[in-house]
Amino acid sequence: MPTRARPRARQAKAAPAVRPVSKPARPDVELLRVLSNAAAVSGDEGAVRRMVLEAIRPHVDEVKVDALGNVLAVKRAARRRAAPRLLLAAHMDEVGFMIVDHDTDGSLRFEVVGGVSERVLLGKAVLVGPRRLPGVIGAAPVHLLGSERLEMVVRPGQMRIDIGAGNQDAARRQAAVGERATFATEFAVLEAGEGGAMALRGKALDDRLGCASLIGLLRGGPYPVELHAAFTVQEEVGLRGARVAGYAVEPQAAIALDCTPANDLPDSRGRENTQYNARLGQGPVIYLADARTISDRRLVDYLRRLAEDAHLPYQIRQPGGGGTDAGAIQQTRAGVPVVSVSVPARYLHSPAALARTADWENSFRLLTLALERYDARVLKR
Amino acid sequence: MKPLIKKLVESYGPSGSEDQIRELVRDEIRGLPDYITVDPLGNLIAVVKKKAKSGKKVILSAHLDEIGFVVSHIDERGFARMQPFGGVNPLACVGGRVRFADGRLGVIGLDARRDDLGKIPALSEMYLDVGATSRADCPLKVGDAAGFWRPMAELGERLVAKSLDDRIGVAILIETLRALKRTPHEVAFVFSVQEEVGLRGAGVAAFGLDADLGIAVDVTRTGDTPNGVKMDVSLGRGPAIKVRDTNLVADPRIKNLLLQRASEAGVPAQLEILEGGSTDASAMQIARGGVPAGCVSIPTRNIHTPSEMVDYRDVQGSVKLLLELLQKPIEL
Repeated sequence: MPTRARPRARQAKAAPAVRPVSKPARPDVELLRVLSNAAAVSGDEGAVRRMVLEAIRPHVDEVKVDALGNVLAVKRAARRRAAPRLLLAAHMDEVGFMIVDHDTDGSLRFEVVGGVSERVLLGKAVLVGPRRLPGVIGAAPVHLLGSERLEMVVRPGQMRIDIGAGNQDAARRQAAVGERATFATEFAVLEAGEGGAMALRGKALDDRLGCASLIGLLRGGPYPVELHAAFTVQEEVGLRGARVAGYAVEPQAAIALDCTPANDLPDSRGRENTQYNARLGQGPVIYLADARTISDRRLVDYLRRLAEDAHLPYQIRQPGGGGTDAGAIQQTRAGVPVVSVSVPARYLHSPAALARTADWENSFRLLTLALERYDARVLKR
Repeated sequence: MKPLIKKLVESYGPSGSEDQIRELVRDEIRGLPDYITVDPLGNLIAVVKKKAKSGKKVILSAHLDEIGFVVSHIDERGFARMQPFGGVNPLACVGGRVRFADGRLGVIGLDARRDDLGKIPALSEMYLDVGATSRADCPLKVGDAAGFWRPMAELGERLVAKSLDDRIGVAILIETLRALKRTPHEVAFVFSVQEEVGLRGAGVAAFGLDADLGIAVDVTRTGDTPNGVKMDVSLGRGPAIKVRDTNLVADPRIKNLLLQRASEAGVPAQLEILEGGSTDASAMQIARGGVPAGCVSIPTRNIHTPSEMVDYRDVQGSVKLLLELLQKPIEL
């Protein structure tokens, strides 16, 4: 009969991890709030990294920050002998902007970091630099534009961030070249009149949802696996952190925790929407294939069986474009079987994304089960 | 060798669904190598162990997977939408027949009401019809994968089939393994996965094997059809030895050695420069600290259509060339 972990006395910070009594952990909305509001554009993930380190330290056996800034943590198995080595990855970075120059009128030129469509930029509020200076991505007022200019697509190179600096020198003093900017969206829980947390709105739900889930999983357990958690950097600009994390950890299998678009609104032409990718309210999204990865069938079947046996909703992501950290991990060393599990959300890579709380909770339940039930038979051929 | 080729090209195995074809190949080579293993991504690796101290560790790679389709949506009337696995040519699709893992067949249809009838249809304007009448009675699920379905035909010395890319390479490797009597080298026959979606199998296999050189056996285009590309490769002039393609500058030492061995074996050979294509060799070349890489190519017409065509004599010549290479010393 398995023994329950006994609560240990609080020890000094330098001592080995204090493990809480084993109980099912729940996704933490307040944690998600601070993660979503933090600014961590690709390559500048420090703010989220600090939050992650503080949140996980009491719950893991080892933690370090690697050369690129990935947080790599290990939670040893309840019984260590021959415990399978699993890697779970969630990325800390979000899409955003980088200041590249100061214009003579005091406005800031910028470049887009990661895949943000120019269609969602004009007129949006942003926060610039480590001091979070409020700014606006300027757009000429509608009543001054002739009909031609109204139709034109404006390129980001023609846009400017205005932080209210009167001239170039003032701008230089306020914001340095290389500083990042993010959308200025405040996280909110939406109840939509039905009582209770129906939905979550915030920037960077891709992939703070994944980070929050991974923190929650580390708070839970113990599990029958040697759990390696990688909070990765620079996913949005090419899965770069995951590649080195996969190489360092050398896992037997890996799961990427991410966020995937739900393009499930009705087709504007009245035809059936056949390219929704995923849908809100249908549960965690299991990937069979995206542009970078064909998931390992054994891992997909394992997750499907778990969900079905536990009567959890789940959906299969439409095969097609996109990619997650799994794509990079799969190709490390002599190869790693991988799968991705995402929370569906609308309006990703725009100022405010929207996800259903139930989808997040069900994805967390599925991942918890995946860790609790994992053994070597999952990968048997 | 023709019965083996027929069995291989008519088998099911789109990228990511190579289990069936892998087992078929494993049955064909049972007992021949010193050991057989399947790596974490599903590559089948058969190794003939090193015999001489001066021997080299050589990888020969051919990919198991074929281009295909994956179901992305079932509509209300039971028609399925699909995404491609690999470089599917839309021109070769309409009216084509496909087969799924369980043997079920389907037909590729074309949306009648397209936005621009003048343009080549995109795959998103096509659908799979398996004879269902509604979503409820459609036996397909999102994620089901299919390959083309077409029996092999012989036109004199020419073989016509789907997935000669790269089942012809697989056949050549099997035949080479069967005929290999003595070799001073350690030879790893790698039957790789997921080449068509990005050379995903060969790179990790090369990492695991840590070889001295790697040679892919794959198809290449020809310049011998009407208004064809300007390419000095033709059917019936022997195996093509790759000089370069989009992602590989073949190691000149390997290219020259292959030319020399072809000459010694009395096998006519051609030199190949391919624009718009790559092989497992590209992935092998950048594995670990780098691996000298080259490619023996089978000239093929109509690549990535259900009626690819090779010349049987080029296939036989490729086997002779590989045997000559493996039976003699390799000094780079």
